Amino acid sequence: MRYNQKNLLGLEELSSGQIELILDTADNFKEVSERAIKKVPALRGITIANLFYEPSTRTKMSFELAEKRLSADIVNFSKATSSVKKGESLRDTAENIEAMKVDIVVMRHGSSGAHRFLSEFLDASIVNAGDGQHEHPTQALLDMLTLRQRWGTLKGKKVTIIGDIMHSRVARSNIWGLTRMGAEVTVCGPPTMMPPEVENLGDGGVKIEYDLRKAVSDADAINILRIQLERQKNKLFPSLREYFTVFGVSSEVLRSARNDCIVMHPGPMNRGVEISQHVADGKQAVILPQVTNGVAVRMAVLFLIAGGKSGEAKVEKK
Amino acid sequence: MINKWKNKSEFWIAGAKLADTASRTLKTGSIHIKRGRIEEVVWKKSVDTDLPVFEAEGYLVTPGFIDIHSHLREPGYEESETVATGTAAAAAGGYTSVVCMANTDPVVDDPSVVRYLMDKNKAAGQCRLYVIGAVTKGLEGRDINEFHLLKEAGIVALSDDGKFVENAKVMRSALQYARMLELPIVSHCEDASLSGGGLMNEGFYSTKLGLSGIPAEAEEIAVARDISLSKLTGCRLHIAHVSTSGSVQLIKEAKKKGLPVTAEVTPHHLTMDDSELKDYDRNLKVNPPLRTQQDIKALKKALKNGTIDCIATDHAPHNEIAKQVEFNFAPPGMIGLQTAFSHLYTELVMPGDLELIDLVSLMTSAPAEVLGLPGGRLNSSEPADLAVIDLDEEWTFSKEVNKSKSINTPLVDRKFKGRVKGIFLAGKWKRTG
Repeated sequence: MRYNQKNLLGLEELSSGQIELILDTADNFKEVSERAIKKVPALRGITIANLFYEPSTRTKMSFELAEKRLSADIVNFSKATSSVKKGESLRDTAENIEAMKVDIVVMRHGSSGAHRFLSEFLDASIVNAGDGQHEHPTQALLDMLTLRQRWGTLKGKKVTIIGDIMHSRVARSNIWGLTRMGAEVTVCGPPTMMPPEVENLGDGGVKIEYDLRKAVSDADAINILRIQLERQKNKLFPSLREYFTVFGVSSEVLRSARNDCIVMHPGPMNRGVEISQHVADGKQAVILPQVTNGVAVRMAVLFLIAGGKSGEAKVEKK
Repeated sequence: MINKWKNKSEFWIAGAKLADTASRTLKTGSIHIKRGRIEEVVWKKSVDTDLPVFEAEGYLVTPGFIDIHSHLREPGYEESETVATGTAAAAAGGYTSVVCMANTDPVVDDPSVVRYLMDKNKAAGQCRLYVIGAVTKGLEGRDINEFHLLKEAGIVALSDDGKFVENAKVMRSALQYARMLELPIVSHCEDASLSGGGLMNEGFYSTKLGLSGIPAEAEEIAVARDISLSKLTGCRLHIAHVSTSGSVQLIKEAKKKGLPVTAEVTPHHLTMDDSELKDYDRNLKVNPPLRTQQDIKALKKALKNGTIDCIATDHAPHNEIAKQVEFNFAPPGMIGLQTAFSHLYTELVMPGDLELIDLVSLMTSAPAEVLGLPGGRLNSSEPADLAVIDLDEEWTFSKEVNKSKSINTPLVDRKFKGRVKGIFLAGKWKRTG
């Protein structure tokens, strides 16, 4: 099966078959990172530009590692922009980079829809590494890969996403991806951070639960979102200690959950705010395996977008 | 069309379907034009005369359209529009009068800017131009302008459009003072503390697209406040670009109480909803934002029952570069003068949502009444400002036919029925379509 998509802009536009294909391909690539020589020639001769318009540590690193392990040639462009008026426009930058014959553009950008905008002008493939509050598809894919490795399937599983749903691209991509794969999603967070009509998002919608203990009680997994501390300035919650008391996942909260409930966090964590030290380091947490899976998922996405077939991803050890 | 009557100071337009807004009738008749004014209207198909005759059978002839809410961007933003290009777009859309907003650079807060605009329009000569003066100095919401001096220079109303006068005390003073001068204030109703940072209507689609939402209440709170202040001061208040069903309700109640409140709605708020933003089309980013189907239903109903008085375009040109940016950086607004009639004829009149004569009234006599402007009626001694329309002609709005300096509209390549063929401006024919 081929992926047959020029870009990866979001999970909303992918079928369950396409998501399955990415996850299968990622499973195959995982092994590459276990090798002594962590490199396959799958993307040799392919040029990838990483455009990071927002600060990022792990996503950027993860994409770079994925690209290097696939033998792609890469160029990096990082720029924190808060205003379009500063410097060159996104369109000009992207067109200039494409003029240097780049095959794939990986971009993180603070504006929702920035990738959709770019796709009006570029012939190169575009991979979304996060756009504003819209989508962060590779994060949701690595979350799903982590869960699928545990469960074998996502169908019928219950996943609760906790935190600032309103401003979270991770939440939106997870809602699209998980519901499309047949999982049930519950969202939990302060009402000030709950976007309107979120219950209708995803395939078949999601459940809203404001009581954290109830929200985790029958969950097969919980995904704890990072609280952006500047939200407090916008009066979306009164204080960090109040947030931790009501929506922070502590060992005590986890006692309301099942013993085998998986704890995820997309990072970077605010220990003691949305997640306690103990839970973050506890045995239910899969936070580091998520990071490991991130590289495999990004290898899979880049490989498939470059036109690779799933079967070819199983590269023989030399 | 035969040339004999062209450039004559006296002639007849004969056998056209006439839209008589005063008597709300639509029937065949003829108009006698003399020295730039309507001399006489007769309800006969042909006239016995030695004067030249424009045989207009098959055409709809209406009073020239009047737009009371346009941004012509001059002075200051001539890269997006000028008085000349904006009024050319207006004429091509059947408008013979345009009222321009004050948010230029410099702001229309000084009589010299009013005179500058009038000079520009005299040179352009496309249609009549009326100017709105700013309520506060520099649109900053603090100090009210010299309303009397502005009125002497020729303004017809006051507005900080684009911005809400946030300070209630300032707005109260403005209304009190404007009342003395019998100047209406046009209010852009938006509580910025509630809409702040919002990019589109708050609802399912803002959640889906990850764009900050603007709740309907950001408009309604502001509408409620200004209605209260209109009651307090007795000043004529006109609510610009109404977009929500809640605002309609508030205006309805205000009118029931007999308050001097009027309101307008734009073609885009009557025809497009927030679901259309799915591809982050910057041309659909407007302020107030496109709302929901339920709001559209309420707005259409309000047009029919008179709660909303008239249609105004909120023609808001932005050049291509300004709109070729990420959605959140794009300035809000779309152009609308050239397409308003055809757009609404196609989407409201043809499906039976609105009578043709009512659409014509809402674009002519109704807006004239709101701001107390001449025109809008086929009465004798009125200026001979007319629009000539072929209701059967199908046409496509395109970059090529666009007369505005900007093309920020989602209606590019849209097919319409009903095309404006030209206007008479003070009896002088200008072919446009």
